[in-house]
Amino acid sequence: MEYLNTIFHEVYKILLLLVPVLVSVAMIVWLDRRVWAFVQKRQGPNVVGPFGLLQSLADALKYIFKEIIIPASSNKVIFIIAPIITMTLALIAWAVIPFSESQVLANINVGILYIFAVSSLGVYGIIMGGWASNSKYPFLGAIRSAAQMVSYEVSIGIIIINVLLCVGSLNLNDIVTAQQNMWFIIPLFPMFVIFFISALAETNRPPFDLPEAEAELVAGYQTEYSGMMYAMFWLGEYANILLMCALGSILFLGGWLSPVDLYPLNLIPGAFWLIFKILLLFILFALVKAIVPRYRYDQLMRLGWKIFLPLSLIYVVITASYLFYFNLLPTI
Amino acid sequence: MIAHALFFYFFSIIAVISAIMVTASKNTVHSVFFLILDFISISCLFIMIGAEFLGMIMLIVYVGAVAVLFLFVVMMLNVAQQKNQWFLSKSSSSHIPIGLIISAIIFFELIIVVGGWKYKPDLVNPINLSLTNEISNTHSLGQVLYTDYIHIFQISGMILLIAMIGAIVLTFRQREGVKKQSYLKQISRERSEGVDVIDVPSNKGIKIDD
Repeated sequence: MEYLNTIFHEVYKILLLLVPVLVSVAMIVWLDRRVWAFVQKRQGPNVVGPFGLLQSLADALKYIFKEIIIPASSNKVIFIIAPIITMTLALIAWAVIPFSESQVLANINVGILYIFAVSSLGVYGIIMGGWASNSKYPFLGAIRSAAQMVSYEVSIGIIIINVLLCVGSLNLNDIVTAQQNMWFIIPLFPMFVIFFISALAETNRPPFDLPEAEAELVAGYQTEYSGMMYAMFWLGEYANILLMCALGSILFLGGWLSPVDLYPLNLIPGAFWLIFKILLLFILFALVKAIVPRYRYDQLMRLGWKIFLPLSLIYVVITASYLFYFNLLPTI
Repeated sequence: MIAHALFFYFFSIIAVISAIMVTASKNTVHSVFFLILDFISISCLFIMIGAEFLGMIMLIVYVGAVAVLFLFVVMMLNVAQQKNQWFLSKSSSSHIPIGLIISAIIFFELIIVVGGWKYKPDLVNPINLSLTNEISNTHSLGQVLYTDYIHIFQISGMILLIAMIGAIVLTFRQREGVKKQSYLKQISRERSEGVDVIDVPSNKGIKIDD
């Protein structure tokens, strides 16, 4: 009986986290399209519901009722597993995101490593989907995406090391509380810029959306997918983008801390501030999508390996020597 | 405690079955996928015994980077088409004795290592580690790595660096006649040098862009 009680309690907590994440993913798709449209002086989706808010719901309904087509020459098991993996990995990473000091599903010691590991596993959904489709364009898209994600993960990892040097702990809550006096965006501003661009590349967003470049590869790894399986890829992608925004706001923008520690702002719950910061970063993501043209593939690789990697390595040396010289290294 | 044991058996059964499937599956790409499953379940086992840092690093390095490259190579070489039929066909049965010898050697080495550790504990000089709950796994690992084993740690880093440079030297080939884009040249182009008015002698033509 006791076991059952704890299990029910955990399931309740998980649902309390998952349902808002899924709903906000649907809303964020609408926001993305809307921002994109406003930059280009269009209206965007504005018909279904107030301001078109229910557009994503209508799209989801359409996806559910469409037939799932599995190509005859595909590798059926892997073809079906691929979107499931993408979506699951995008959702399980949310378990360690702290919404306030106590509101976190799993407050583990190695939270940041967990997020990093899960996001590096995300590449498998794409590779498996591209390979199992047994078709040229999805395969090319998958290969491109794998190379891109592996190379940008390196610089994201080194940027995370920069932040960890200042914190002295791998726990996400500790990372947030270490920013009580100053957000890390101020001393580590160059790292924030590199993190933002690497996050764009990591989530296959424009201008780095080469894996799904329509003009060359139809739709990349998801060409052969239809119906709900396509929608799952899509949901996973947007959940990943939200996750990257959350990671950025935790690492650099002080997570659930309010901007200034003053009386009326203190009372607002931390979850509000985190969501506010995630939205801010996401609007930046959407603006970049609307403004910047697509990169060429060799330029993308050059940017990752020849510019971001050395820059972030140099910054690690600078941060470490600064902290060491002024005796600011965190103690256990 | 029961839940702990259940999870242990769950992960270890998956690890053993997927390790067998790596060698037994007919499709090479499937073998790599089973290898990845094996890595993941072993890192879950690491996390279960409290070595959370090791488990996560295993996920990041082996699953997130090394196995991706494995998959790359297997997919690009298109070995998926050559079905892996070691156990079935007669022609490749000569591989089996070699494999058996190697696995026997590895098995005996493992017995020696485990036996030595079990019956002669002071054979390998263990560092005194105070494993308490106050200090996290990552901290204690760092304290040992960067104090007592700093030289070994640095040397292993150097070995990795040398291996990396060696791999680059072996595969790097300078090809002739490849046109490369020079960003500096492009940016520093001025209007005055952008346009050239050339008198072309008739019936002869000229050569531009050499």
